[in-house]
Amino acid sequence: MTVAVKDLSQDRQKQMIASHYARLSRAGQEGRKVVYTFVPGNLTELLNNLGLLPVLPEINALQSGMRGKTGEYIQVAEKAGHSEDVCTYVKADIGMLKSGNLGPTGEPLPRPDLLLLSYTGCFTFLKWFELLKREYDCPVVMLHVPYQGDGQITPAMRKYVSDQLRDVVIPALETLAGRKVDYDLLSEQLALSARAEEDLVWVLESAKHRPSPIDAYFGGVYYIGPIFTSFRGTTDAVEYYQLLRQEIQQRMDQGLGPVTPEGTLSQEKFRIVVEGPPNWTSFREFWRMFYGEGAVVVASSYTKVGGLYDRGFRHDPTQPLDTLADYCMGCYTNLNLPDRINLLEKYIHDYSADGFLINSVKSCNSFSAGQLLILRELEKRTGRSGGFIESDLVDPRYFSAANIKNRLESYFQMVDAKRARA
Amino acid sequence: MSLETLESAPATGALAELVAHATRLYEDLELKGVRDWKAQDPSRRAIGFLPVYVPREVIHAANALPVGIMGGGDQIEIVRGDSYFQSYICHLPRSVIELAVSGRLAALDGLVFPSICDVIRNLSGMFKVLLPDRWVHYLDLPQNFDRESGGRFYRHEMATIAKGVSALTGVEVTNERLSASISLYNENRRALAQLQQMRVASPWQVPATEYYLLLRASYVLPPQEHTDLIRRYMQLSAASGRVEQDNIRVMVRGAFCEQPPLGLLRTLERAGCYLVDDDLVLGARFIPQPIAQDGDPWQALVDAFLYHTLPTASKYDVQASKEADLVQSVKEVRADGVLLMAPSFCDPALLDQPMLAHALEKAGIPFTSFKYAEDTGQFQVIREQAGTFADAIKLWGTT
Ligand code: SF4
Ligand code: SF4
Repeated sequence: MTVAVKDLSQDRQKQMIASHYARLSRAGQEGRKVVYTFVPGNLTELLNNLGLLPVLPEINALQSGMRGKTGEYIQVAEKAGHSEDVCTYVKADIGMLKSGNLGPTGEPLPRPDLLLLSYTGCFTFLKWFELLKREYDCPVVMLHVPYQGDGQITPAMRKYVSDQLRDVVIPALETLAGRKVDYDLLSEQLALSARAEEDLVWVLESAKHRPSPIDAYFGGVYYIGPIFTSFRGTTDAVEYYQLLRQEIQQRMDQGLGPVTPEGTLSQEKFRIVVEGPPNWTSFREFWRMFYGEGAVVVASSYTKVGGLYDRGFRHDPTQPLDTLADYCMGCYTNLNLPDRINLLEKYIHDYSADGFLINSVKSCNSFSAGQLLILRELEKRTGRSGGFIESDLVDPRYFSAANIKNRLESYFQMVDAKRARA
Repeated sequence: MSLETLESAPATGALAELVAHATRLYEDLELKGVRDWKAQDPSRRAIGFLPVYVPREVIHAANALPVGIMGGGDQIEIVRGDSYFQSYICHLPRSVIELAVSGRLAALDGLVFPSICDVIRNLSGMFKVLLPDRWVHYLDLPQNFDRESGGRFYRHEMATIAKGVSALTGVEVTNERLSASISLYNENRRALAQLQQMRVASPWQVPATEYYLLLRASYVLPPQEHTDLIRRYMQLSAASGRVEQDNIRVMVRGAFCEQPPLGLLRTLERAGCYLVDDDLVLGARFIPQPIAQDGDPWQALVDAFLYHTLPTASKYDVQASKEADLVQSVKEVRADGVLLMAPSFCDPALLDQPMLAHALEKAGIPFTSFKYAEDTGQFQVIREQAGTFADAIKLWGTT
């Protein structure tokens, strides 16, 4: 029975993704317009409302990483003049583009009819689309999303974003789509978003339970898939999260730990909070280093990059533009550093974590700059053990398995020793 | 080995004194000069700002001195700063943290961190944690250049800065005060534009290091004093009898944030390159033209930012025109070639480079690129690279 429910949610996600790529491959024949855009601060409801098809270059880079392609793509980009110092998502994408732009199905992805640049939480997005603009020569529409520098969303910030949505983004999308936004439909979509968000939060918070029925990082990245990409605001997403919730409820009822690639984790030895993105090129190997030690990630910041819902935000169907603005401004990397520290501290307490670990990725200054201060502050405030490892998102040259494994092993020993003393 | 390795004749007499004064200001990492300025009037305050640009007029109008924080260069030993940053993050934030935790920024009553990249952005939060008693503000410069949305937002941001600084000085930023500050900074803009013209016309009279030191001085001196300094420098240098060397004329792009050490600029000149244009200390001339002085001063600052700032990697290139701007600038300053030099691990500058390089290639403009850090100590490789670049241009007009 457990297996059946699990299969349903996984199958459902697979079907959703497959049908999205099928739509993309038919886009040319069917005359559907394609918009490239980013995960944090995405405007999926609007795109779907207008029948536009999103492509997310970060997801392409991530999937290429998991398929072992990015080493080659990054080299292609570096040969074309890109520095070895910069974000490897960008280089993986440029390299993929220069190698035929083949998507995960092996078919070429359609070219963009428009680049929708909303760069919540990272300046590199801006450069990324400047680069793509030179490759595709299609229009770019920019949504500037201000940063929560003072730890809050002010009315001026909200107005700035919603004005841009109304005056710049929506008119451009409408022109591309050849039709107007249907605001009644948009409200319905936003209500669907909120329903899925509610269930996603339930799923993520299930990790407060002992043993945790989920791994909120390695498993978490699968759970956020639909809502962070093309499906927020759809019935597909609502149904997926309902299924997932049922499945996890069952695991919890049965006292089961999280599913790993090698089956259910039988003994939860360490409960860990993780800050920073995972590595994609050696994802399974990286994961094994955790579950092999009996470590379960009970909360992570990475699963909040495409939307931070566990502090109460839900899309509000009655205020479509303001709510989209608040969503964009609320994504994790748009929080200032003190607020990130506060959030992680809360996770450590709320999820009864034994310690926390930072995976610092070379690519991503947005995440990484300041993480050593986060480490110190969290250690100081919580008294729990902090660990620090370095890798990269999709550049295999920066995943040193032996080194990371060593560090993790010593880290878990440290957590153990500290716990024994407590 | 370079064909010509002559650099501009060193300054002598009054000119040498002026350059020595500018050098002392540059080396004053303890901000002693700022403290002296504050000591003259107990109501005075000093506000630090990070690269690239902040509207200094607003800070000045609130009776505070805007002080540019450009890192520690090669002048400080990083004792604690490195423990705050991973090896793959540029150097500037670690020296800025070093300055802060070692107490060298104590003269500053507040700090403004403009939106330029994720490192400076996150650094603002680190300052909030590390210096909780200090007023720390993140300035979100608009990337939407529409007057109604970006403009209105920016106006609000400036009002927030005015409020924050006024709370420290007790001086409200009235329209009159703001207009007076704009007028002072406009004078400064005119003087800097004249200095730039002089450099383009006769770069041997404005050696790269001296030009650079003068720009840096604008980050610690009150505007009027800085304007006087530039004017005096121009007179003295014009009369100094320096003679032209057989150097090529180069333009520098990519050095808008973390600054190269002085030795690197000297090396470029020794390798046979006159710098006729660059983006060092860019905030000092980010708005090169005087700002409108009639009408609403706030709106004038908004419009100047939206419509008259120079292109740079940290600013969204709405019209995708940075390449055309670059090629045009090369023509205007009659540069023989371009040095694309960027700090190591600087995402904005390094992500911009392929676009700029492509444009230069297409336009047949010679260029070479290299990376540096503010504390680069070995210049041999750069000297050879720049020397070879200069030689090739001298011999064949191309590389
Ligand atoms: S810097 Fe980080 S957030 Fe930005 S594009 Fe790269 S990986 Fe994504
Ligand atoms: S040098 Fe570049 S990456 Fe570093 S702080 Fe400056 S702009 Fe940001």
